Amino acid sequence: MIRYALHRLLTTIPVLWIAITLSFFTLRLAPGGPFDGERPLSPAVMKNLAAHYNLDKPLFTQYWNYLADVMRGDLGPSFASDDFTVTDQLLQGLPFTVTIGLSALLIALLVGVTAGVIGALYQNKMPDYGMGFIILVGLVIPNFLMAPILQLIFGIWLDVVPVGGWGNGSLPYLALPITVLALPHAARISRLTRGSMIEVLNSNFIRTARSKGIGARLTIIRHALKPAMMPVVSYLGPAASYLLTGSIVVEQIFGLPGIGRLFVTAALNRDYGMVLGTVILYMFLIVLLNLLVDIAYAWLDPKVRAR
Amino acid sequence: MILNTLREEIIADTFNDLAPESRSLTQDAIRRLLRNKAAVVSMFLVGFLILAAFIGPSLVPYNYEDPDWGALKVAPSTASGHYFGTDQNGRDLLARTLYGTRISLAVALTATLVSVGIGVLYGAVAGYIGGRTDQIMMRFVDIMYALPYLMFVILLMVIFGRNVYLLFAAIGALEWLTMARIVRGQTLSLKEREFVEAARASGQRPFKIIVKHIIPNLLGPVVIYAALTIPEIIAIESFLSYLGFGVQEPLTSLGTLISEGASIFEVLPWLLWFPAVVLVTLLMGLLFIGDGLRDAFDPKDR
Amino acid sequence: MALLSLQDYTIRFDTPEGEVQAVSGMNLSIQPGERLAIVGESGSGKSQTFLGVMGLLAKNGTTTGQAIFDGQDLLKLTSRQLDKVRGKDITMVFQDPMTALNPSLRISRQLTEQLEVHQGLSPRQATAEALQMLERVGIPDPIRRFRLYPHELSGGMRQRVVIAMALLCKPKLLIADEPTTALDVTIQAQILDLFADLAADLGTALVTITHDMGVVAGIADRVVVMYGGRIVEDAGVDRIFDNPAHPYTAALLNSIPRVDKARSAIAPIPGQPPNLIRLPQGCAFHTRCAYATDKCRETPPNLTAKGPVRVACYHPLTERELADA
Repeated sequence: MIRYALHRLLTTIPVLWIAITLSFFTLRLAPGGPFDGERPLSPAVMKNLAAHYNLDKPLFTQYWNYLADVMRGDLGPSFASDDFTVTDQLLQGLPFTVTIGLSALLIALLVGVTAGVIGALYQNKMPDYGMGFIILVGLVIPNFLMAPILQLIFGIWLDVVPVGGWGNGSLPYLALPITVLALPHAARISRLTRGSMIEVLNSNFIRTARSKGIGARLTIIRHALKPAMMPVVSYLGPAASYLLTGSIVVEQIFGLPGIGRLFVTAALNRDYGMVLGTVILYMFLIVLLNLLVDIAYAWLDPKVRAR
Repeated sequence: MILNTLREEIIADTFNDLAPESRSLTQDAIRRLLRNKAAVVSMFLVGFLILAAFIGPSLVPYNYEDPDWGALKVAPSTASGHYFGTDQNGRDLLARTLYGTRISLAVALTATLVSVGIGVLYGAVAGYIGGRTDQIMMRFVDIMYALPYLMFVILLMVIFGRNVYLLFAAIGALEWLTMARIVRGQTLSLKEREFVEAARASGQRPFKIIVKHIIPNLLGPVVIYAALTIPEIIAIESFLSYLGFGVQEPLTSLGTLISEGASIFEVLPWLLWFPAVVLVTLLMGLLFIGDGLRDAFDPKDR
Repeated sequence: MALLSLQDYTIRFDTPEGEVQAVSGMNLSIQPGERLAIVGESGSGKSQTFLGVMGLLAKNGTTTGQAIFDGQDLLKLTSRQLDKVRGKDITMVFQDPMTALNPSLRISRQLTEQLEVHQGLSPRQATAEALQMLERVGIPDPIRRFRLYPHELSGGMRQRVVIAMALLCKPKLLIADEPTTALDVTIQAQILDLFADLAADLGTALVTITHDMGVVAGIADRVVVMYGGRIVEDAGVDRIFDNPAHPYTAALLNSIPRVDKARSAIAPIPGQPPNLIRLPQGCAFHTRCAYATDKCRETPPNLTAKGPVRVACYHPLTERELADA
């Protein structure tokens, strides 16, 4: 198991490297620069800026320097702000994003799996249909639409939570953003769990378990749950990706000072350093999560470890 | 397990007794699909929306971008002739919604075709050649899968300008991965079948085999996943447009409309509701159709 | 006193294509320690019979009649009540060892849980007993194999583990559904012997469901032949092979290669198995029977005792002989 984990760890490093390289060259090779802003600057100023930010060196040199910096955790200066480097700003925003992101993931998992199991056990009866409807809503309504709707219902009509902002980070402020972020994934996980559970419950080894008379509870919890979870865990990998991109929108709508907002602003302003830095950070988080997911999968399915 | 073989025998027998005609897989599937009420209703709804989107704008007296100076911020009413109301610039919402739907659908269709095209070719080739090439190709897919693709799309949009065609291609490039994986899986099992062996034995070149034999037999799963991908793509396009990275003025899409509507929501709520309802209906309908197709081709007890 | 007594036992399945009569009005008694083989084609109802007794039918299945075991009618018990019987007094070994074991649990867990649930043993005691049983079923080096996952064992090993699981609680009745069909020919004989020996040691009644007459010869004293959801013949194993009473049994024996017959004498049975949604009006076999008469087409024959044999036929092959008995 440990060997498997280490092996997976090693393979993620090239992935990260590829992402960084891709981002770097894509940005640099693009037409226009970070200073093609509203006011055209004089050539002398441009030259100074270029020198200051090392933009006048050959591309590959810039690349190697950048790579070296990244290794040290230095994501470079931000073109938009003189006082704070990219790393500084990212670190400021990180806790906010991670809090709602991780909470959303956990809640989606818990709610989704429970709903899915109930749906499978009460297949085609009332609880299944009732939840089916909520799941449908969660699946179909995009997060940027769900947000204003929930803001309207809970923030304005019922007035139980504030409509936006981080506030003091307490639950009322986080409730809506986390719900909006988690809902589509809870819906998908619920569908996956239900389908998978139904298949597992129809399988031969569950029939064997039932024939041993160990009781319904043990059969479901010990025998059925682990194999049924496999597609769900597989989904968590891409889910992490979607969650992170979803958080961009959620942070915008609810005005949360996380990384997503930094990314959008930077993208619109062509702040290369920041954009690159954000992408790298996101990449790192996703790769980390994917690694954890892989390990979890290997725990669920012993056959994978042999490879 | 036992019951399934029992049922198959029974069904085979029953039909042997009643009418010994052969039924193709597609016929079976179509019958099953038509029995799915949700899917049938959805097909009508979505069909109606598609028609409305492409023919509608020419039927509505207003243009999607011309302001009607005499009717700014008008609520929906039949009297004013603006059935969906107007926005802050006096533009008729019905026209804009229809037009926006058209753009969203066009993007989705194109992107789906792009992703299907790339995905099917890539997956079929990888699956057919097998061995190390397959390993490397799928490794590439795995790596790409792990990247936050959406961010790269945003990056591209930012850099190369917000070109609608680029948007199509970029989103298509996002979705081909899943299609490639599925196609590869199917190819792997298909290539063991006798007709492929026969083709190989008769000396046909690999590429021809892939095109003439393997790809036509992939149609089932491809159609299903394409159907399920379309709503995802519409959602992605809306998402991008909402953030400001997608379709640009003067063009509009459902995402842009919702974005505009959400910002002025408290004052002019209809600007959000109409495009929202259209979007949700479209997505839900497509979801049911996709689900229906999947169940029709691969029935399992739900 | 019969161990298991099926009386007027019927199983129906509710399907979109109609109601399937998998088993119709079956009467069967199994004695303690008996070795019984149930023979039939797929679709004859032989597996469903015992799945029904164990409460393992698919959701759209219903049973009527009685299945008396140990003074209780198993068909009237709830799932929870059945749990006290299955795995303990009645156990079942299923067809495919590859899929019968849970791939994500170690075999240790799958073996000990029965002992813990049914006999209240502690994990340590359960482990000890399980290891003993593993040795008994002929698994070499059981201690090392104990912590393995099913996919790390060979097919033959897996089947032995499954057998061990079935015999752990020393059941009174063991039902083996096609126990050797999925195995290599070379191991089939070994596994059959294992079954027979262990069952004899523990005094367990053994019911072997099979379509393979070779298996029947190796493991049964008494044979019950089923067709179209009904018992058509019930006789001792020697008698079945030498003197089959029902035309179907005879046809079955004629359709398999036998060492004592000329090679050209194999004759497949003409026609198709019966449609269980629309069973023929009379005897289920009459459409394929060489001796069918009008009476056969009208009413299904009852299973009647004719001397040492029970047979459901208007024209049993050994009529003259049986009439004299």
